[in-house]
Amino acid sequence: MAVKMHILVCGGTGCISSQSDRLAEALKEALAKRGLAEEVKVVLSGCFGFCEQGPIVKVAPDNTFYVKVTPEDADEIVAEHILKGRKVTRLLYKDPKTAHEVSDSKHMDFYKKQMRIALRNCGFIDPENVNEYIARDGYEALGKVLTSMKPQDVIAEVKKSGLRGRGGGGFPTGLKWEIASRFSADQKYVICNADEGDPGAFMDRSILEGDPHSVIEAMAICGYAIGATKGMVYIRAEYPLAVKRLQKAIEDAREVGLLGKDILGSGFDFDVELRYGAGAFVCGEETALIQSLEGNRGEPVSKPPFPAERGFYGKPSNVNNVETFACVPPIILKGADWFASIGTEKSKGTKVFALAGKVNNVGLVEVPMGITLREVIYDIGGGIRDGRKFKAVQTGGPSGGCLTEKHLDTPIDFDNLLEAGSMMGSGGMIVMDEDNCMVSVAKFYLEFTVEESCGKCTPCRVGNRRMLEMLDKICQGKATRDDLNRLRELALIIKDTSLCGLGQTAPNPVLSTLDNFFDEYLAHVEEKRCPAGKCKDLVRYVIDPEKCKGCTLCAKVCPADAISGKVREPHVIDQDKCVKCGACYTACKFGAISRS
Amino acid sequence: MINLNIDGKYVKVPEGSTILEAARQLGIDIPTLCHLKLDDNVGMVNKSASCRVCVVEVKGRRNLAPACATPVAEGMEVRTNTIRVMNARKTVLELLLSDHPKECLTCAKSGNCELQDLAERFCIREVRYQGVQSTYKKDHSPALERDMDKCVMCRRCETMCNEVQTVGVLSGVNRGFNAVVAPAFEKPLVDTVCTFCGQCAAVCPTGALVERDYSWRVIEALADPEKVVLVQTAPAVRAALGEEFGLEPGTLVTGKMVSALRQMGFDYVFDTDFAADLTIMEEASEFLDRLNRYLKGDKEVRMPILTSCCPAWVKFFEHQFPELLDVPSTAKSPQQMFGAVAKNFFAKKLGIPREKMVVVSVMPCLAKKYEASRPEFAVDGNPDVDISISTRELAHLIKRCNIDFLSLPDEDFDRPLGESTGAGVIFGTTGGVIEAAVRTAVEWATGKPLEKVDFTELRGMQGCREAWVNVGDLKLHIGIAHGLGNARRLLEAVRDGKGEMFHAIEIMACPGGCVGGGGQPYHHGNFEIVKKRAEAIYREDQGKPIRKSHENPEIVKLYEEFLGKPLGETAHHLLHTHYFKRSDV
Repeated sequence: MAVKMHILVCGGTGCISSQSDRLAEALKEALAKRGLAEEVKVVLSGCFGFCEQGPIVKVAPDNTFYVKVTPEDADEIVAEHILKGRKVTRLLYKDPKTAHEVSDSKHMDFYKKQMRIALRNCGFIDPENVNEYIARDGYEALGKVLTSMKPQDVIAEVKKSGLRGRGGGGFPTGLKWEIASRFSADQKYVICNADEGDPGAFMDRSILEGDPHSVIEAMAICGYAIGATKGMVYIRAEYPLAVKRLQKAIEDAREVGLLGKDILGSGFDFDVELRYGAGAFVCGEETALIQSLEGNRGEPVSKPPFPAERGFYGKPSNVNNVETFACVPPIILKGADWFASIGTEKSKGTKVFALAGKVNNVGLVEVPMGITLREVIYDIGGGIRDGRKFKAVQTGGPSGGCLTEKHLDTPIDFDNLLEAGSMMGSGGMIVMDEDNCMVSVAKFYLEFTVEESCGKCTPCRVGNRRMLEMLDKICQGKATRDDLNRLRELALIIKDTSLCGLGQTAPNPVLSTLDNFFDEYLAHVEEKRCPAGKCKDLVRYVIDPEKCKGCTLCAKVCPADAISGKVREPHVIDQDKCVKCGACYTACKFGAISRS
Repeated sequence: MINLNIDGKYVKVPEGSTILEAARQLGIDIPTLCHLKLDDNVGMVNKSASCRVCVVEVKGRRNLAPACATPVAEGMEVRTNTIRVMNARKTVLELLLSDHPKECLTCAKSGNCELQDLAERFCIREVRYQGVQSTYKKDHSPALERDMDKCVMCRRCETMCNEVQTVGVLSGVNRGFNAVVAPAFEKPLVDTVCTFCGQCAAVCPTGALVERDYSWRVIEALADPEKVVLVQTAPAVRAALGEEFGLEPGTLVTGKMVSALRQMGFDYVFDTDFAADLTIMEEASEFLDRLNRYLKGDKEVRMPILTSCCPAWVKFFEHQFPELLDVPSTAKSPQQMFGAVAKNFFAKKLGIPREKMVVVSVMPCLAKKYEASRPEFAVDGNPDVDISISTRELAHLIKRCNIDFLSLPDEDFDRPLGESTGAGVIFGTTGGVIEAAVRTAVEWATGKPLEKVDFTELRGMQGCREAWVNVGDLKLHIGIAHGLGNARRLLEAVRDGKGEMFHAIEIMACPGGCVGGGGQPYHHGNFEIVKKRAEAIYREDQGKPIRKSHENPEIVKLYEEFLGKPLGETAHHLLHTHYFKRSDV
């Protein structure tokens, strides 16, 4: 019996952690119970991106998009939608603006402005089935280059497309390939950097989980272009699902002759193997990655020589990140001009962002370069949560910077973000509202880089630690104006002298907040005040006896027994006992507690 | 050739040179800390580029470039002393100092510390950045002390331990601010395969790795009226000690050293060279015995014979080549032969119990401290060698005893254990032990006096070398390695039966041999100093009236009076040892 319908269940790590795998099983059971197992196929697909609303279920061909589905909903979906053709309204997405249900994702604001190239197959195909990839033009680009293009044509095409590295640096991919192609050696390598480490970023994971073949195909194309027959994927061991799917994809590709010897009868050999990273952020830096691949301590080494000349085991190696690779097959198939028609003058194509923080729609979004931050945050992201005021958006992960209101209408591309004092990075985008203390934000990111520094070079090992200590001092109200000057000076020198990208960019969150939120630093330093009320040492909670009704709620929620008072009489906070958790402030129904 | 401009001056250097090398050619002295390049024969280049002290401005480059690791490029324009560079350099030094104990006054490395020198050179008068300092557990071994609070993560020790010595004990561990160089699992050195060669300490720029200092024990021994205190001095010491007193490297100070030791109050000033001659008597005999058996077709006999004078080498093969434990000569090292003779022969001669005698050795070596502590070299807990100090410790002692070294007259060693030949002297350099052995073995084997005493084919600084020596019709194939990495390569070839069979191999753990030992005055990366010491050793040999160990009259007498024959029962008991299989991790 032919398959009449598909039920796509998001099988990304996020949704699986909300039991989407159990949900898929429940759907299969519900179908089997009704004898529909043959006609309706349940597919555990890749990530749909709208993680805020997960687990997500999509029914094809009618494209009904169910959100926040639990295993308990499975029976109803089958009984109502599949069997009777009636949509389960309560599981549909409700547009927050109109309060109406929206059944098809293309009508949702979250998806309207998105354009999916790297994520083209995520949520559409069964990532564990090579035929589904092939059915969506998979491996056609590889076939095209092997049968009708010379290696230099491939490089020229990628160069012409304007594709730049999606891992953070933004180096032109075609140029990188061209350089690697120039060095001759008995063995060259194509290395895929799947050591995604920015906190909150998961685009590479989603691609590997949702569309692993796209990366394998692109690596083979790259291998052909630069003259390499071996590919290595350096993947985080903390991505077990991605590892599993990629491993299966490699095996399947070998099985059907798309990897291995003499691919498609072209005489071109290429194979891919996986190497696991142990979770060190610095191993995303290409020289550290190569050190780690070789079995050494994951630490960067001085460049030049670049990996294109001397990389893995001293051989010419080309390192690209997952998302970069995922863009390659469409470029080959649809042409460089098509890709170059998307985006801005110097940044072509699309970019995937992991939108997070205080926005309504958290998730993975792929947008054309040149879109403004405002569009991403307000249109796609649905604006700031709880109607609060936008304060800043942090892009580029721990190496990036914080941008403000004045940058909201800046078209997003590599160069504009750099100019604004941040960077594209791997595509983290964290939105902050007025409750975020920007000194604390800088401290948070710096804590990450201090933790993740390999400790090799002095500025990063000691300098970043010293900066963190200065930020601590500021947050405790113990810093002086001189400290602010010293902080900036040190930040600039760390950028100027560090060995690798990690150290060179670690001061960015500090510098960008110093630039954009200097008044907040000054408040901490001169007034000993934290405007956002986040720095515990600078905050005081006081009960206004006029407003206090003596309801005792604050005393009940206080974990430190710092609040006392009789029923129906004004309460008092013992400042010596107060741990500044803010529980009373949140609990008070009469606005009697002030934070200063 | 590449043309570039540094600080406005043009220079032409070979492709592949670094900015640092190009600058040095112009007489521009860019400061460095982590960088260290030893002689090509040693093959050590510390490429970590981690300290960032040598950063310079390169036109067109976004950030500063480390001069030590940045290759030159055609038309490059480099500035080494702009305010940007100087500010960065100063800040980097302040950062290093902010995580460094300010214990210069009590630090073993004070006056010899490269970080201290830089702080002085760049006028660091305050450290603007203060904060927590890293603290680590101190590691005391019989030979080396590790105080990682003083580590600047230059990684020189790691490069030395892994790439040159291939011992692989030291490597970077932990991350970020807590990153440090340590043995795996931060174990103490005594629980590792460390050979105590001390080359890590020899290249450490700060006081993080230093010798275990036993000089006070020497002062105590000398002050004890109950004790008879003997001192023996290794051959390489006399070729380097003068450097500690401002003399040119390669200045021989044998006579002044003897004079100083006597002035310090040693009851007998003896010479390890005497014991080196004794070693040759035993080792050459053992070699000829094995060779004869081998030539007669004895399948049991193991060839080649390996020298066993170097305690770091001994510990190395005990860990790394347990299957070859019966290959090295069983002869004890000269230090231990001296101790055995002193306490078993000389003590009797003096009519004192061994407990009343204190044997002090002055060695270019830190592994000798460890060797002296090996239990098989003690009788009822009383060691044959009580205290082993390094050349550096001796220099300190001389200064502490208010001795104006340079104005001392030359004096001679005491007899009988101070008499030595040129063959004993050359033990101090790579190739010397085997040359000394060959002088004796060839003469014994042929029964004819040597036509020439100098076997120059065995000399040189090449890390791994081979030579052929004619003994009548037989061509002896001799191998020589210095540096444990070279030793490993040679030994692996022997173990796997690759290449032409060697008859004898000399191995010294330290690059250059004992002249480059871990206890010698710091060379700070200038390996020419080590070469000059080796030249001095050969000069000392040239000047000796007797240059073959078996002709040392006191040695001859010792065999007649006490030992009997080489390899005889007494000799076997006192002068030979055995080796232990040790874990390979």
